[in-house]
Amino acid sequence: MPTEFKINARPVTVDVPDDTPLLWVIRDDLGYTGTKFGCGIGLCGACTVHVNGRATRSCITPVKDVANSVVTTIEGLAEKGHPLLETWVEAQTPQCGYCQPGQIMQAAAMLRDFPAPTDEQINQVMSGNLCRCMAYVRIREAIRMAARRMQAGSARPQEADHA
Amino acid sequence: MSKGWYLAIALLVILAVVLALAVWQPSIPAADLAKRHSFSPELVERGKVLAGIGNCETCHTITADKPYAGGVEFPSPFGSLYSTNISPHPEDGIGRWPREAFVRAMREGVSREGAHLYPAFPYTHYKNITDEDLDALYAYFMTREPVAHTPPSNNLSFPFNLRFLQWGWKLLFFDPDPWQPDPGRSEQWNRGAYLAKGLGHCSACHTPRNFMQAEKKNRAYAGALVDNWYATALDESQPVPVHWDTDSLYQYLRSGTSNYHGVAVGSMGEVVHRGLRQAPDSDIRALASYMESLSADRRNTGNPRQLAAETITAAQQRAHSEHGAGEALYVSACASCHYNDPQHPLAARAELSLNSAVTADDPTNLLRVVIEGVGTGAGTPILVMPGFSTLSDENLVELADFLRRRSNLPPWKNLQQRIGELRELHRQSQHSATGKAGE
Repeated sequence: MPTEFKINARPVTVDVPDDTPLLWVIRDDLGYTGTKFGCGIGLCGACTVHVNGRATRSCITPVKDVANSVVTTIEGLAEKGHPLLETWVEAQTPQCGYCQPGQIMQAAAMLRDFPAPTDEQINQVMSGNLCRCMAYVRIREAIRMAARRMQAGSARPQEADHA
Repeated sequence: MSKGWYLAIALLVILAVVLALAVWQPSIPAADLAKRHSFSPELVERGKVLAGIGNCETCHTITADKPYAGGVEFPSPFGSLYSTNISPHPEDGIGRWPREAFVRAMREGVSREGAHLYPAFPYTHYKNITDEDLDALYAYFMTREPVAHTPPSNNLSFPFNLRFLQWGWKLLFFDPDPWQPDPGRSEQWNRGAYLAKGLGHCSACHTPRNFMQAEKKNRAYAGALVDNWYATALDESQPVPVHWDTDSLYQYLRSGTSNYHGVAVGSMGEVVHRGLRQAPDSDIRALASYMESLSADRRNTGNPRQLAAETITAAQQRAHSEHGAGEALYVSACASCHYNDPQHPLAARAELSLNSAVTADDPTNLLRVVIEGVGTGAGTPILVMPGFSTLSDENLVELADFLRRRSNLPPWKNLQQRIGELRELHRQSQHSATGKAGE
């Protein structure tokens, strides 16, 4: 059955089997290749996107489960702009870069629930996003910088959460 | 033959005739189709709200294109029952049922033709519905689209397939007298009790049943497994760390989420998002008032916010002291969404140390959500959780054990077996969904 949802503010209808992983639809059918395939079992975080503003592992989310939702990928976050994208560069966070879209999407979602996260909170929430280059220290630094910038009142990023 | 024998036979015959007369229910003549009903739009609208509170749709609808056409399967230890077509179709549905027949079915569990209905249809609760509300419901159903659809026949083993035996069931377990309001309670409580005991038929799922599938009167609202979801205990035995108050119950019944208790998914997700959605705020408040009174013994056991903070902090500390496989899975798969600041647990980050899926005596809800995930159609519409069916049985056991330890609760028993059963259920539902997609 075709599934309708919005991706990066664009309404789409995809006609694929209901149990197709959202990640495949995003990359292969819709062409947003910023989101990466990592482990395929929801245990590494590389495929993290936002579904209705909340971080979701797209590799194990069947596309029918996001019917009528708003999906945002790293491309969508970049279109809207987000302090994390600046601080990520400033802190020279990426190494090989493969896990970074997932890290940034997870961090962006975290900053909504924890606008001024402690290191403990960053560790707890980011613990499901693996980085084989061990860039964790700078990932945390970039998140702290972004949080401070957002707290200081620079424009809070607006993202359409709901359909 | 001796005189005594004749007497015995005569007595038996008399007894049989008396019994037959008691069991027998007359057929109510079919309504004349030419005489179309006219109902005021206000009455129909009121019926729509009531049908929502009764959640009629969930049990009587398989697919959205056949509303109220029945066919939903209800497995029981005696075989399967299928819900009937209650759309006003003249042959397949209840289109020829006069109001009198509708009322008799709702209050006495007897079809228009005079057959005894099985108590899977909760006439045992609907007997409490007032005349005015039954009028509105009748108006609502008679003005729906007639759907031509014959649901499968019941598939019950002998002797349970004999409908007249239901007379005996009613004799044993059915009290036909309607519930009476309690003048000692507030108007709001009484409204809530009326809705819960009548149309809402809450205890039909939340009360365990005896071997004859009748609700155990002495264990009202003690929690029960229904349709492979665990309807949590609502009485004072409920093992929730933070007691429900009227505000949290209102929030849960209205939005499907409660910061300190969890998110409505599965059957309760349908109740909230498809059924109660129709009800006005005042009725939801009334239901909350009644539900709160069921666990009144637990009232005032502390400030909910403080209790929640203490529970979460303790759980986080217990988790930190472990370095086992369960914790590793929790850290990788769960914490990014479920970690909470103890002072501000968020409903959208369902806090697992408070969540009834973890604290309940039955692991079904936790296992189903972990295996199947929660889609936009299954729970609270904006929340999506992916399923982790890719985890091995062993991993699922480790994770469930860890979550129970984290909440300082004894381990669940027979996890392995339950996981196997629920995986199979998931496979079947996926299979049938794929089948439908291919039609």
